[in-house]
Amino acid sequence: MGTATLSEEKIMLALPGDAVRQIQWRFADRFDLQMLVQSARSVARGTVARLVAAGERNTHEWTPGKSEMMEAFDRAGVTAAFMEPEEGGFIAGPKNLALALAAFELAWVDGGAATASLAGFLALAPIHERGTAEQILRYKSLSAPPQPGEDRKPWRGAFVLTEPIPYVGVDTGMLSGKMRVAEWKEGEEPWLQIDKRGRFITNIAFANFVTAAVISDDERIKGSCVVILEETDEGIFDHGTPTKKLVHQLSSTGDPIFNLKVPASRIVGGYTVKDGVIVPNWNHGEIIEAVFRRTRVPVGVMTAAKLLSAIEPVIRYQRGRFRGAEGAKPGTVRYEQGIQQREDALHRLVDVWATGEAATSLGLATARLFDTLDPIEKRKTAILKESGIQGGRAEMKALKESEQRAIELLSLAPDSPRRQELEADPLVQFVLMDAEANVLCPATKLWNTGHGTNLLREAVSLMGGYGITEDCPGFLANKWMDAQLEATYEGPEAVQRRQLTVTMTSEVFLAEFRAWTAEMRQIASSHPGTGACTLASAMQMWQWTLNYLQTATDPAGGKLYHGQRQGVTFPMADALCWLVASRAQILDVLELEARGGDDPVAAEGLEGTVQFLSDLCHTQAAAAAGEVSRICAELVFGYKPHPVWNGSGDGLADGEEQNNCFLAGELEELEETVPGISTMAVDVLGEDGGHPPKAGPCAGCAGASDFLRLQNKLTTCLSGSRLAKDRAAETVAKVMIPEALDYPA
Amino acid sequence: MANLLHIVVCAGVVPDPLQTLEPVTGPAGPGLKNEMVLPAVLDPWAACALYEAANLAAKNPGSKLWLVSLGSKAKLQQVMMTIAQKAAFELVPIDGPIGGFPDAHSTAAVLAETIAALPGLDRSKLLLFGGWESATRGAGVTLQLVGERLGITDQFQGVDQIDLREDGSFEVLERVEGGKHQLSVCAGTPAVLGWATGNLAEPRNNPQVGMTNMRTIMPALAKAKAAKLEANGLRYLSVSLPKQQRTTRVEKNLSPDEIAAELVEWIGAE
Repeated sequence: MGTATLSEEKIMLALPGDAVRQIQWRFADRFDLQMLVQSARSVARGTVARLVAAGERNTHEWTPGKSEMMEAFDRAGVTAAFMEPEEGGFIAGPKNLALALAAFELAWVDGGAATASLAGFLALAPIHERGTAEQILRYKSLSAPPQPGEDRKPWRGAFVLTEPIPYVGVDTGMLSGKMRVAEWKEGEEPWLQIDKRGRFITNIAFANFVTAAVISDDERIKGSCVVILEETDEGIFDHGTPTKKLVHQLSSTGDPIFNLKVPASRIVGGYTVKDGVIVPNWNHGEIIEAVFRRTRVPVGVMTAAKLLSAIEPVIRYQRGRFRGAEGAKPGTVRYEQGIQQREDALHRLVDVWATGEAATSLGLATARLFDTLDPIEKRKTAILKESGIQGGRAEMKALKESEQRAIELLSLAPDSPRRQELEADPLVQFVLMDAEANVLCPATKLWNTGHGTNLLREAVSLMGGYGITEDCPGFLANKWMDAQLEATYEGPEAVQRRQLTVTMTSEVFLAEFRAWTAEMRQIASSHPGTGACTLASAMQMWQWTLNYLQTATDPAGGKLYHGQRQGVTFPMADALCWLVASRAQILDVLELEARGGDDPVAAEGLEGTVQFLSDLCHTQAAAAAGEVSRICAELVFGYKPHPVWNGSGDGLADGEEQNNCFLAGELEELEETVPGISTMAVDVLGEDGGHPPKAGPCAGCAGASDFLRLQNKLTTCLSGSRLAKDRAAETVAKVMIPEALDYPA
Repeated sequence: MANLLHIVVCAGVVPDPLQTLEPVTGPAGPGLKNEMVLPAVLDPWAACALYEAANLAAKNPGSKLWLVSLGSKAKLQQVMMTIAQKAAFELVPIDGPIGGFPDAHSTAAVLAETIAALPGLDRSKLLLFGGWESATRGAGVTLQLVGERLGITDQFQGVDQIDLREDGSFEVLERVEGGKHQLSVCAGTPAVLGWATGNLAEPRNNPQVGMTNMRTIMPALAKAKAAKLEANGLRYLSVSLPKQQRTTRVEKNLSPDEIAAELVEWIGAE
């Protein structure tokens, strides 16, 4: 290795343990969450790992073994993590971080196990978010595991949104599932006839109830809604045939059919009757929005866990690769370090690790944000309701003023007397957090699962041929495949990108983003080793490019930044994800550095741990900067037409580009007075005036100097990033790992 | 009729046995490399004792269960996030060194002193539980010494089972040579039981039990007394991995009985 520059005290001693992670991910003071983590871990590395090792993934059907896993979730409190204490749970208050941490632990071993756990929460989520008090109490209590002394089986639920093609469901806003009035006697509650087919529905094999999205097929019902269907309702509740998934086989997936008669009180959130028409209080779109913006986060965290879970098995494989060979005697470099004597193996693993850290930081930061946002959102709704404002559009209109106040707050000096007033305004708080959540949620889902899958492929490749076998420790090949489904669950990548293209241009978010850029510069001044400066430069470039694209047009006069122009908007969404992930990673390391000393366990070797994690930040920030630079450059220059030769036969190009051209003879003469000028000439015409054999003269940079200045700055900001990677690689080669994985694999 | 028992379990915190345990000599004497940052667990034999104790206490309503632990309270707090979910108990932490090779006599003195001072403890009803062995440098005498200091002379080691009788006496199964058990009958408490593995499976985690325990565990950890153990002058003379022996022979014509007989003979020769 070229730069083995770390002193012993700066080498991370062992893989980051619970004490370190609890501080980084901000649950060091939450014992309920720490216990949930331990509990979920014991199920994942016990019951689940044994099932996977025993080949339970080899069947699509729901088996007794898979049922055992659900019971293990119940016994270990994983199922109850979604419930309030009065409903049979043990965690009070918002549970976004709790669910994300449980998903992280379960996905460490198997994605299907994590999905099976989350799917139950997903079924309850519409009721939790928008249900009536009676609905919440009934279904969450029934779904809670039995308490000591109780003899009952908990209900299982499934969320039925997706339908057979062409309606599909998650984004189209169109539904083929229908509801009609079946019976409506004077003075009594109406009964509904529900007709719905589902596709790719998780937990369906054993669901006792489902929450299904349907649309009215009757003039006496307005719009759409989510309705609760129970297994014992009158009619058909067909669980359907299992889907032949190649992945996540520990979760049940199938295509159910429902034709049921249910009371109208099953409409999630209730309804009102206006002029003889049943009007659901919440349409299905509003419910889905409330649900998915939260439940998408744990899905992103699942892929992040897979990345971090790959580190230990890969290190062990790399180190032991040559042991047992004749030429590898104990004490030799070949024996002790194995493949880790090669820089490439280390650097690639550093990339996987850095991505895993960034993805986890982003996912858990988003989960925490929702925990903070939840009560504020409720308060916002209450405040607006007091003013007689209710419903999506009316609320948006009413919040316009708060948005301006939020932007003003972001622009105030730290000591401004007005700051206190604005900070205390719950509507301002809501607007700020909502704008952030609207970006971070799709970013987590998109980047963690999409880019994460790519890096899981890299992790598999680091195991050589072993990686793609069933014998590979850590089930890496399964995890790679599983991650691909995670990229699709709850809205595939295109849906996330589309949401980002709208939310990332919100005035409030962009004001926040500017503040984040300044924050990174500030951090860079005290912690240059984190890559914060590189990141700030990349953020600046992204924002400049967005501004540019919003007003620029293509040669035909078409707007570049436009909803339909996904070749522009989607790459910008991708670029933003890299930035927010890297930022979250840096903030987590700073938290560890600031608070790690207070915990005797984390404090041991803290300097080395912080150094390593900072080096991973730097590596990741450089990767993010590279992506942003590439994407922005393509978009800024890619829609300018390339200059062409003018076709007149004189060898000159059209327009100003001909100014770039020299005649070969002319250049030779100039070389005598200006030595070296020929190396600077871009386009040289032959003696006959013929142009070089290419499409046209090289493009100039007129009008793009601002961008090039930013790009130039960004390029130089990469200084030190490869040194950081070298240091990280050195630690990867030395860090202590356990003797064996703590789960059968 | 149920017996009212006061059960005290002594259990230390040890590095997770899956970790790489590399002997090093530090300023405080012999220790393990990076022991503070390695994941820790409750000493496995003592953990079995705790689960047996919890089971016994649950079967005998009104009984009380204390877990007395001497070790780094920071590590203990991490371990409690798991152990506190498995059984209801009252934690009595004593903040001590994480690693090294503390002297069994000074350790026993601190433990005995702490147990003797437990508020509400009726020593006539005391069952002192602990591990027969330890996953970390166990001297194999600490529990006996604690019992001696508390004046308990009925002591059993390698215990796999205890059956309480209605009159307060109890039967104990202790491991003896040759994979057999010795059955003893004890007239009653107090007694010391050093547990082998027992017969119970490890209880599953239950966060609700854990949350209840944590209401008393966190204040107890905050108030944990520091114990300074005397240096004993130990040092490493040599360290070696346990001997591994692998003898492979291909036999195609032996019957299962012949193979079994040969295996028994081979094991017996070890």
